[in-house]
Amino acid sequence: MEIAYEIGASVTGGLAYVGSLASLGTQAAYFTFVAPFRGKPLRWQRAVSQAMDVGVRALPILSLISFFVGLILALQGAYELRKLGALNLIAQGVAITITRELGPLITAIVVIGRSGSAFAAELGTMRVTEEIDALETMAINPIRFLVTPKFLAMIVMLPCLTIWADFMGIFGGSVFGVSQADFTWASYFQATTDALLMRDIVTGLIKSIMFGITITAVGCHEGLSTGGGAEEVGRSVTRAVVISLFLVIVVDLVFTTLFFYTG
Amino acid sequence: MAAMHSQFADDFSGKTMISVRDLRVRYGEREILHGVNFEVKHGETMVIMGGSGSGKSTLLRALVGLEKPSAGEIWLKGKDIATISQEELDDIRKQIGMSFQGGALFGSMSVRDNVALPLREHTELEESTIEIMIRLKLQHVGLTGYEEYMPSQLSGGMKKRAAVARALAMDPEILFFDEPSAGLDPIIAAGIDTLILDLKRAFRMTVIVVTHELASAFLIADRMILIDKGNIVATGTKEEMKANQHPRVRQFLDRVPEPEVAQELDYLQMLTEDVRVS
Repeated sequence: MEIAYEIGASVTGGLAYVGSLASLGTQAAYFTFVAPFRGKPLRWQRAVSQAMDVGVRALPILSLISFFVGLILALQGAYELRKLGALNLIAQGVAITITRELGPLITAIVVIGRSGSAFAAELGTMRVTEEIDALETMAINPIRFLVTPKFLAMIVMLPCLTIWADFMGIFGGSVFGVSQADFTWASYFQATTDALLMRDIVTGLIKSIMFGITITAVGCHEGLSTGGGAEEVGRSVTRAVVISLFLVIVVDLVFTTLFFYTG
Repeated sequence: MAAMHSQFADDFSGKTMISVRDLRVRYGEREILHGVNFEVKHGETMVIMGGSGSGKSTLLRALVGLEKPSAGEIWLKGKDIATISQEELDDIRKQIGMSFQGGALFGSMSVRDNVALPLREHTELEESTIEIMIRLKLQHVGLTGYEEYMPSQLSGGMKKRAAVARALAMDPEILFFDEPSAGLDPIIAAGIDTLILDLKRAFRMTVIVVTHELASAFLIADRMILIDKGNIVATGTKEEMKANQHPRVRQFLDRVPEPEVAQELDYLQMLTEDVRVS
């Protein structure tokens, strides 16, 4: 009986959490698409500077990681394919795996580490130092002022980063292909473009937008619900990272299943 | 309810700026304020005193709409802020200023941008006009020339002054201060007290100050409230407070520590209050 109660409480807690994320996302959508027409302008400058932080400054580390993952993928694929004498399929395997799955996922993981945690730390510190209360007493909605630019930056930058990660991943694979599998740069590129359908890239990008929304919602929610004290800020950051990782995988599973059954 | 509304609305056309009726605030199961009643007149400086954990900060947060009451009414400028819509609450908030304990300046913005923020958000003023207003507000608080400084470059007292300048930005009718002299040395703290008195004289503002600093309280107050364990135990002018013989008032004003507890069990009993320790 007690176990049933515990399970029930966990499920209710989980649903309430997802509900509060959805509420935060809805409010941010309102302040992005509706409020500007009611005299509450978007903070474009802030959104652009957030986009620089989330996107441009993530490029070096994302490039390295996705390049290495592409290379690893080619190495692991070749291990099996060479037994079948089918090393020429490497380009196809790397291209599809990277664009449909690993590109968006690696980008999301890098962004969680860099930006999801930073959102939680920034808003958590502002909560502790009463800056968020100060905004409220000045009749400035903290979600419009602080959260909406972050959503905008993430929704725009995650697909861009994902395209870059796809490119770098494929480049990583091609290094192996050219050096070890009788490809030339031109033939590897040709094999990749032949294997890829627009659908592969688009499904990856749709996933990346959903990841962006998830990471921002969790980071901001954890930051805004920080209790008192510096210790709580640290706890919020940890929770933001762990919950974002988990939810990104869940969202990935849901969308991959959806794309699988819709052909 | 309608009758009550009109009654208070009439009061506000006269002198009452704030009226609190049977205010109760709870965090979860725990009730922090157990039915608080008081009024503040236009142009009056009301000091809310109390020890740590007495509920005085919760009362202040409720007055500016940061805590929702579990019961009771908070009438600010003729409206019960416990029941009004967010838009109406925001309209009232544009007419009040709040200075937080640590200043709560936005760390990523300069002093100039901190003070300009409410003006840029809520008015259509030209940037050149905003610039003049920033200079004026900083002049009021004695921070002329500090426009470009970041909050991290300011001392504790300067942060509080900058926070007051930001609270003054929209020319509020009511100013709220949370522990204005906490964490400051006596000279800087006295400077903040003088600033509050100057602001009151110059702008005839209604000022609400939450503090546990006795010297500061007796310097700036027109009337005072002593709050203890979520109840108001005394209200009155400085003289009335000094003459008040309520044991908690005497203990607070005469700075008498809580009695020593000899027995371990008695000490536990004191900590747990209502719960029986055996």
